[in-house]
Amino acid sequence: MIKQIAVFLENREGRVSECCKVLKDANVNLRSMSIADTKEFGILRLITSDNDVAMKALKGAGFLASIVELVALEVPDKSGALAEMLIELYEGGINIEYMYSFAGENGHAQIGFKTNTPETAVAILEKAGAKVL
Amino acid sequence: MQYFQKEIETMSKEDKKALQSKRLVEIVKYAYENQAPYRAKMDAMGVKPEDIKSIDDISKLPFTVKQDLRDAYPFGMMARPKKDLVRLHASSATTGKLTVAGYTQKDIDIWGECAARSLVMAGASKESVVHVAYGYGLFTGGLGMHYGGEQLGAVVVPASAGNTQKQIQLLCDFEADIICCTPSYIIYLAEEIERMGLEIGKDIKLKGGVFGAEAWSEGMRADIEKRLGIRACDIYGLSEIAGPGVACDCEFKTGMHFQDDHFYPEIVDVDTLEPLGYDQSGELVITTLTKEGMPLIRYRTRDIASLNNDPCPCGRTSVKLNKITGRSDDMLIIRGVNVFPSQIESVLLKNKNIQPHYHINVDRVNNLDTMEIVVELSPDISLDEVAHVEEIRKKLASDMASALSVSAKITLVSPGTVARSEGKAKRITDRRKF
Repeated sequence: MIKQIAVFLENREGRVSECCKVLKDANVNLRSMSIADTKEFGILRLITSDNDVAMKALKGAGFLASIVELVALEVPDKSGALAEMLIELYEGGINIEYMYSFAGENGHAQIGFKTNTPETAVAILEKAGAKVL
Repeated sequence: MQYFQKEIETMSKEDKKALQSKRLVEIVKYAYENQAPYRAKMDAMGVKPEDIKSIDDISKLPFTVKQDLRDAYPFGMMARPKKDLVRLHASSATTGKLTVAGYTQKDIDIWGECAARSLVMAGASKESVVHVAYGYGLFTGGLGMHYGGEQLGAVVVPASAGNTQKQIQLLCDFEADIICCTPSYIIYLAEEIERMGLEIGKDIKLKGGVFGAEAWSEGMRADIEKRLGIRACDIYGLSEIAGPGVACDCEFKTGMHFQDDHFYPEIVDVDTLEPLGYDQSGELVITTLTKEGMPLIRYRTRDIASLNNDPCPCGRTSVKLNKITGRSDDMLIIRGVNVFPSQIESVLLKNKNIQPHYHINVDRVNNLDTMEIVVELSPDISLDEVAHVEEIRKKLASDMASALSVSAKITLVSPGTVARSEGKAKRITDRRKF
């Protein structure tokens, strides 16, 4: 399991850059980001080098931010690797709310996803031989 | 048909004053004997019913405010027991509690007479088909004009609000010549009629209408009259006193003829509450001269307006109410529905996902009022899914709609983004132009 920071952003010009500037000023490095957007607001999801510092900086700047745990795994850099794992999860009845990828250190892709049943998901992935982070 | 009740409507000023004086003496005695809140108010001021000898003594009497009605909720202000009442109407009040008005059969009949006088001012007669597109319910618009039309002896079409296509079908098929609704709705109807390519005068045979329950400008009136080829009359009423028909303007538009044989108007200074003269702007105060169910003495309407006593070419002799220009409280009228910011606040306070910092944006888009409530999310909640935010928004929107009886768009923003101000917060931006 890994931790991400989710930030609520109302749809207003410059809101994403304001958020990134706060993290820059706090010397926090971003490993990955993904945004879910609607017409009126967005939710920015971040994986950072230091969640505690990032949270403190964001809250201090008035952002609605929270820490949410994701199930994360490393998949080898070859075609079909992710599909195999997703099929295992699907067959195990795991519902994925959202997912995104981020860079691993050794050329492998890392995938994080949100589910309401993380323990079951981790058990399924481990049984299937995945490298769970 | 020129008048509904010629004798009263064209009564000389002297006779009217004598009638008002006689009725005021009676109603004050009646209120003192039958309404505990008035007995208490008058005793506290040291005023006895015998001190009131003519209409000129009215300024000796205590005022009534909306809070008095709330304190008496639901029946404390009634002068008659339930067995004598035949109808209740209600409208929203600041704390979410309704203000209630009870009517006896005689009260309903008098209200109907006043509504009938108004319909005649718009050009109606016994031969008319009167299409009522005001909502029917606790709101007084629909039933008020309905009974007015029946008193007149016209054919009433109780269409109620909504379903525009059906409304237009009914207007064509039943050949209504008179319509009653809000000014914004008649403009919407006119647009739809034009869009459908219907011909004014052939498919749509309207000749006049009474429009009220929300503020509208002379520009809007000219637009309505031109597009539909009708006489558009401004009608005034409020549920605490009686619904539409308390005052209405005639074809000469010299101000709304106040039905001052039943409802006595005064204008007072908003700060000092001292009575003001004709053509001076202040708060409209109304005394019901003939009501039995729930008489109100010097009721402060919170509407800002002036009265004029200039003669009208129509021959009616009543005093006239000039257009309402504003409110002396923070009440908003959204699509004809009274909305108080405090009602919005009480809905927000019950929701743990948000904090009660809000801003209300009111606008008029395509001639319909829109209300947006911008509200801050609580800093303590955890949000990482779009669906969570949507859930919070939908719950708030539905709670708001049921508390306010009118829908509002909810916009959620980050904590700390709604402007804070010291002292009295400026929570409303009203971009409507009247």
